[in-house]
Amino acid sequence: MSDRLETLVTDEKPSVGDVEIQNYTINFGPQHPAAHGVLRLVLELDGEIVERVDPHVGLLHRGTEKLIEYKTYLQALPYFDRLDYCSPMCMEHSYVLAIERLLGLEVPLRAQYLRVLFAEITRISNHMLNLGSHVMDVGAMTPNLWLFEIREDTLGFYERASGARMHAAWFRPGGVHQDVPLKLLADIGDWVDNRCPQLFEDAISLVADNRIFKQRNVDIAVVPKDDAVAWGFSGPMIRGSGIPWDIRKSQPYDVYDRMDFDVPVGTRGDCYDRFMVRVEEVRQSMRIIRQCLAQMPEGPISSLDRKVVPPKRGEMKQSMEALIHHFKLYTEGFHVPAGDIYVATESPKGEFGVYLVSDGTNKPYRCKIRPTAFSHLQAMDYMSRGHMLADTTAILGAMDIVFGECDR
Amino acid sequence: MANNTAPRYASNDGVIEAAQAALGDMLIDARVHVGEIALHVRRDDLASAMMQLRDTEGLEYQQLMEIAGVDYPEREERFEVVYCLLSLTRNHRLRVHVSTDDAHPVPTVTSLWPVAGWLEREVFDMYGVLFAGNTDLRRILTDYGFRGHPQRKDFPLSGYVEMRYSEEHKRVVYEPVSLAQDFRTFDFMSPWEGAEYVLPGDEKAPQAPGAPTPLKADEVKK
Repeated sequence: MSDRLETLVTDEKPSVGDVEIQNYTINFGPQHPAAHGVLRLVLELDGEIVERVDPHVGLLHRGTEKLIEYKTYLQALPYFDRLDYCSPMCMEHSYVLAIERLLGLEVPLRAQYLRVLFAEITRISNHMLNLGSHVMDVGAMTPNLWLFEIREDTLGFYERASGARMHAAWFRPGGVHQDVPLKLLADIGDWVDNRCPQLFEDAISLVADNRIFKQRNVDIAVVPKDDAVAWGFSGPMIRGSGIPWDIRKSQPYDVYDRMDFDVPVGTRGDCYDRFMVRVEEVRQSMRIIRQCLAQMPEGPISSLDRKVVPPKRGEMKQSMEALIHHFKLYTEGFHVPAGDIYVATESPKGEFGVYLVSDGTNKPYRCKIRPTAFSHLQAMDYMSRGHMLADTTAILGAMDIVFGECDR
Repeated sequence: MANNTAPRYASNDGVIEAAQAALGDMLIDARVHVGEIALHVRRDDLASAMMQLRDTEGLEYQQLMEIAGVDYPEREERFEVVYCLLSLTRNHRLRVHVSTDDAHPVPTVTSLWPVAGWLEREVFDMYGVLFAGNTDLRRILTDYGFRGHPQRKDFPLSGYVEMRYSEEHKRVVYEPVSLAQDFRTFDFMSPWEGAEYVLPGDEKAPQAPGAPTPLKADEVKK
């Protein structure tokens, strides 16, 4: 980075006719389309070169963690969809795993496959938005429009599984809310074999080897391995720097240990590598989806522990006990044994963790959410120093920031 | 206690012993709970303890993933600050806890991990915990000019002020919160388990057994 500065700044004193430019400070955002939400960057510039970045976050702070403390465990679940609203189900995933861990709850195999299947659909959905907006931030329009076709399909699958296009609230402690229709699985299989790879490869072929795209991204914000570790990077950001770290692989949860997939890594640690890591991850996600569909067994879709998972509606009409369970679960909710646990999963953006403290009642005593964007965005100052103003959008685009999650 | 879904990382065997050897009397308490190790560390020694955990061979917790604050108002030192560490090489997770109150600062770990800067700012913003040595301890998530520390248990959910755009003043104004409808919080806790209030008439039967203490996650028999 420092060499880069030196080529741009000379030691010569200004001579006659030169205009001396003072450092000046500009606001980037909070209403800027390339700020990916409500980010306010206070940039200190020397000409067009960024000297210092001070990101101001918190403009979308809604007090989610505080609200969760006033809700039962089940009522708190929909808040997770609203954190990273580009990949809702992956947010729910960490939360339900944390509750299951504290409860010691066993989850039927079909439910685990369904969760992995939809976590990967979510990953594709998230990467479509990020890759599309990244290329748009650096000047290309078409790929974004094509990639949104795929995102539209994934939202359709969301709707057919859960009834909602974005805020699914479909994962439950103990499994998932409802089983999926067979036709949906058939359609996902068809989509992942034909439509998705076609559209995706078409769109990526426009930018992956594109000269302008490379000029804007190669060697921009190079992060060496040591710095990626020290700045708490995770997900595509740490893999872009060349560290093969994927929680799905090294700390598998649900049925990820049965899946066969590769972990792509970058070689240089620049914005282009981070972009290409995400591109390859989409292809790997398609592989996982195919395996899920091929291996998924029949069976129950949620735990049969009636003290946690409510009974089916049909059962309620027949059984007094089922009716009581339903009533108790939707008023008082289930109690989680006292204890604390930190559970992290590989969300599309990186490590998404939940630190859950339970005091044995029906409400979480404390639910600390570990967003990925918070650590990544903090490195914005370190990554942008010495780069041009126009590079900040590429750096930000390659970080994959969503403010619902960052600000909570 | 094992279930079949949570992330599975390297075993906890020998980690506590290794940590005890490395930390010595900086370590107050170590426990394994629901399969995860938590170390309680003396507050003043936090920075050197963290350095040991990061650099000692066989521990190697290279990454600081999260700093969480927790408020226990009934304790003498009401705040607990929880550091979640991750070892990439050993594929292991561990938590480090320190306790403090609003007067005693916690030593910063920004010199070990630059990522701690914002994480400490957030704990400061939410709980009012001070971090000695953090040079940039500004508020981060709350509004410019915000007062109070919203995650404390004695801070009301509705807050104290609300904001609106005033057509009259042509700017945003802050006013005390006025709720158009009473804040509705229902207590669905069963009176037979865990509820702490006394129901009318209960005082007449002092011998009646009170609410049983909820089980700890480790004690649940499946």
